[in-house]
Amino acid sequence: MLRFVVRRLALLVPILVGLSILLFLWVRALPGGPAEALLGERATPEAVERVQRLYGLDRPWYEQYLRWVGNVLRGDLGVSTRTQHPVLEELLRTFPATVELALTAMIFAVGVGVPLGYFAARRHGTWLDHASVAGSLFGITIPVFFLGYMLKFAFAEKLGILPTAGRQDPLMDAEHPTGFYVLDGLVTGNPEAALDALAHLILPGIALGTIPLAIVVRITRASVLDVLHEDYVRTAEAKGLRPATIRGRHVLRNALLPVVTIVGLQVGLLLGGAVLTETVFAFPGFGKFMADSITARDYAVLQGFILFTAVIFVLVNLLVDIAYGLIDPRVRTA
Amino acid sequence: MRRYGMPLRRTMAVTAGLVLVLSAAACGGDEETPGTGGTEAARGSTLIFASSADPAILDPAFHSDGESSRVTNQIFETLVATEEGGTDVVAGLAESWEVSEDARTYTFKLRQGVKFHDGEPFNAAAVCANFERWYNFTGLAQSDSVSYYWVTVFRGFAKNEADTLGKSLYGGCTAKDDGTVELKLTEPSAVVLSALTLSSFGIASPKALKDYKADEVSGTAESPQFTGTFGTEHPVGTGPFKFGSWTRGDKLELVRNDEYWGEKAKLSKIIFQPIEKAADRAQALRAGSVHAFDYADPADLESLKSAGAQVLERAPFNMGYLGFSQRTDIMKNQKIRQAIAHAINRENVVKTKYAAGAKVANAFMPDSLWSYSEDFTKYDYNVDKAKQLIAESGVSNPTLEFCYPSGVSRAYMVDPAGNFQLMKADLEAAGFKVTPKTSPWSPDYLNSTQAGDCPLFLLGWNGDFGDPDNFLGTFFQSFSNQWSFRNEEIFKTLSDAEKEPDQAKREALYKQANTLIADFVPGVPYAQSPSFSAAAKNVQGWVPSPVLNDKLASISLN
Repeated sequence: MLRFVVRRLALLVPILVGLSILLFLWVRALPGGPAEALLGERATPEAVERVQRLYGLDRPWYEQYLRWVGNVLRGDLGVSTRTQHPVLEELLRTFPATVELALTAMIFAVGVGVPLGYFAARRHGTWLDHASVAGSLFGITIPVFFLGYMLKFAFAEKLGILPTAGRQDPLMDAEHPTGFYVLDGLVTGNPEAALDALAHLILPGIALGTIPLAIVVRITRASVLDVLHEDYVRTAEAKGLRPATIRGRHVLRNALLPVVTIVGLQVGLLLGGAVLTETVFAFPGFGKFMADSITARDYAVLQGFILFTAVIFVLVNLLVDIAYGLIDPRVRTA
Repeated sequence: MRRYGMPLRRTMAVTAGLVLVLSAAACGGDEETPGTGGTEAARGSTLIFASSADPAILDPAFHSDGESSRVTNQIFETLVATEEGGTDVVAGLAESWEVSEDARTYTFKLRQGVKFHDGEPFNAAAVCANFERWYNFTGLAQSDSVSYYWVTVFRGFAKNEADTLGKSLYGGCTAKDDGTVELKLTEPSAVVLSALTLSSFGIASPKALKDYKADEVSGTAESPQFTGTFGTEHPVGTGPFKFGSWTRGDKLELVRNDEYWGEKAKLSKIIFQPIEKAADRAQALRAGSVHAFDYADPADLESLKSAGAQVLERAPFNMGYLGFSQRTDIMKNQKIRQAIAHAINRENVVKTKYAAGAKVANAFMPDSLWSYSEDFTKYDYNVDKAKQLIAESGVSNPTLEFCYPSGVSRAYMVDPAGNFQLMKADLEAAGFKVTPKTSPWSPDYLNSTQAGDCPLFLLGWNGDFGDPDNFLGTFFQSFSNQWSFRNEEIFKTLSDAEKEPDQAKREALYKQANTLIADFVPGVPYAQSPSFSAAAKNVQGWVPSPVLNDKLASISLN
C-alpha cells in the first residue's frame, strides 16, 4: 500500500510540470492583459507599458516562467494584480470556505443519495424507485442558480429560517483561527458561531449538492441492481446467509465501488470551486475568486489557483484509490 | 431496457408529485435556526449595508472605486465637502476658505478641536503632511491605477517617473499657523476646490501613515506590493466612524467615533457585507438580513417596494451624447447640425432604451450639477423643422456616416446598437441618408472617435467629481480631434471659468458656456441615467449623493 501511495505521489511531479507550462501559456493567450484590465478603458498605451514593466510582463515568456517556477518552489505564488495581496494569502482565505461548502454538498449528496439509490434498487419498480429516478432527473436538469434562488426564496425570504448570503451572520462575534468557520466556532468555544456557520452552509450545500446527489442516486441504484443479480449473491442466498450479511457485506460493499469513483471525481470538481453557487449565496470561496481573477486577467492568481486545484485533484484521486483498497481487497494487492 | 426503465407517463406524474412535495416542504417548515434573519431589536443600531464588492483599499489616496470610497467617506474627511444630496461645495475640515485673485493660492481656515481616531491633533501641519505625501509618491504609487485622482487633478508628482505625467499643478503647502493652510498652485485653477471634495483627498493621520507604512513598497521589481497595513488594517482619519475590522469577502466593520467633533453618528456600527449580484442584494434586503444597498437593478424595484422597502434615486451624474466631428464639410455646416438635433426624438430613445428614472439630457452636463440652468437653446423633436433646416443648408441628399460601438454597455448608453437604430430611423425620416459603421468599443471605437474619424458618434461620460469643468472642460476647453472644431468663444469662456476664483462668477461663466455650446451644436446630448439604492423600511436619513459622497452617519434605524 505504501509503495502504491509513493508511486502515485511521484506521478504528481511530471503532471504538475506539464500542467504548469500549459497553464502559463494558456493564461497569457487570454485576450487583453492584466495591465489593460487594471487600468480600464481610459488607459493610454504608455500607462499600459508602464504597468507591464512594473509586473515584468514585458519579458519573454520563458523568462517569466522560470522566474515564476523559482518563486513557487520558494513558496511564493506572487501577488494578485487585482487585490494587491499575496496569492498564497488569498488561497488560504478562500479555500477553507470552499472546502466547507464542498463537504456539506458531498455529505448531502452521499448521505441522502446512497440510501436512496440503495432502497430504490431494493424496492425496484415500486413508487420509491420511480420517485428516486424522477427526482434525480429533476436534480440533474435544474440549473444551480435557479435552484439557489428558489431555495433562498422559500427558506430565507418567505420562511426566514435560513440565511440568504455569506458564511456567517455579520453580527456574530466570532474568531477565525483556522478559516474553517464551523471548526473555528468549536475550537474557540463558541458553539453559537459554529451553528450559525452551519446554518449558512445548508442552502448553498443543498444547491451545490443536488447534481452530485442525483448522480449518486442513479449510480448507486444501477450498481445495486447489477450486484443483486450477481451469481455470488444468489449463492449467498442459497447457502442461507442472513439477509443483513448479504446486503451489507456482499451487495452494498460491491455496489459502492463505482459510487466511490464518482464521489471522488465530484469532490475534486467541487473543490475546484463552485462559481455559480458561491456567487448566488455571496459565499467568499475559491471558485468565485478565481472567476473574478479571469475577468481581471490576474495571471498570478490564475496560475497559483489552478496549480493548487491540480494538486488537490490528484490527491483526492489518490484518496479514492486508497478507498478502493479498503473496499476491494483485490486493489490492495494489485 | 424495461428492467431499469419506467414508463414516461409515470415518470412525469412522479416528477410533478415531487415538485409539489418540495414546495409544500418549503412552505411548511417551522424549525428555528440561530443567527439567521434576526430581530430588529437584536440588531440594535447596527446598519448592515450590502456592498457589491470588497473595497480595493482603505487608503483614500490609493482608490478610485465606489466601493472603497463608500467606506473611506465614513472614516476620513476632506477639507471641503459636497452638500447633502447635491454637488455644491460646503465646509468640511476647513470651516472657510479663500481663493486668491489669480486662482493660484487657496487659504483654508481649519476647524479647531478636531482629533484623528488615534488621538493625534488635526491641524495645518497634518494637512500639509498629506499634500506632501501625495506630491512625493514614487514608483508604484505613481501609476494611474493607484493614485488616479491625484494624477487626474494635480497631473504630476515632484519627480515624475513617466512621460505621460505632466508638470504638477501642486505648488506647495504652508501651515501659516495651527489653523490656517495655504495651498499654492503652479497654474491658476478654480477647479481644485470642487476636486478636493473627492474622497481620495481625505486627510489621514500623518502618524498612522508613518506607523503603518502606508507608502512602503516591497516585493520584486516584477511584482511590487504595498507592505504597509494602513490601507487594510489601520486607516485613521477624523470621520464619524472608526475602522473596526475587515475579513475580505466576508465583512468590514466600522464603529462609531464617540470623540467626533461634529454631530455624532446615530448608528453604533456599520457592517459592509459584499454581495455581488444586484438580485441577491435585493433578496437579502427582502429577507431582512441587510438594511440597505446600492446599484439596485431597475427590474427589482417593484418587488422591493411591494416588500415594504424604500427605493431611493441617486441623481444622474453621467450623460450620453451624439457627437459630431467637424472634420468634414457637411458637419461644419451649422444648419445640418441643427437639423440633426431637431430630427432626433430623444424622448423616445430614453423611454425605449433606458430604465425608469432616466431623463432626456439637454446640456453636456448632468442637471444635478451646480451652474446648470435651463436657460439655453433647446432643440425639440420637430421633423418639419429639420427638413426645413436641411433645405436651408444648401446640402442636397445629405449623407451621414454614423459610428456606434459594439461590446459595451454604460449607464449613459445601455444599448448602443439600439440607440443607433432609433436615431437612424429618425434621421432618415427627416431626409438624411445614414451609413452605419460599427466597431468594438476598446480600442477600435474609442481610437477612431478620438481621432475624429467619425462624423457622427455615440459616446458619453461618467463624472469624476462635482465640477462643470469635469464635463464641459473635458469636452470643449480646447481643440481636440474628436470634435475637430475651433470656437474661440467657447474655449475662452471655459478657460476663464476654470481659473475664475469667484464662485458666483464661475457659475455665470458656465451658464454662458452652456448657452454658447447649445447654439453652436457640437453634438446632441440626449440621456442621463440615475442609479437606485434601496433601504429597509426602518432606515431613516439616508440621502444618496450624485457624486457618491454619501455620509452614512446621518442614518438612524427606527
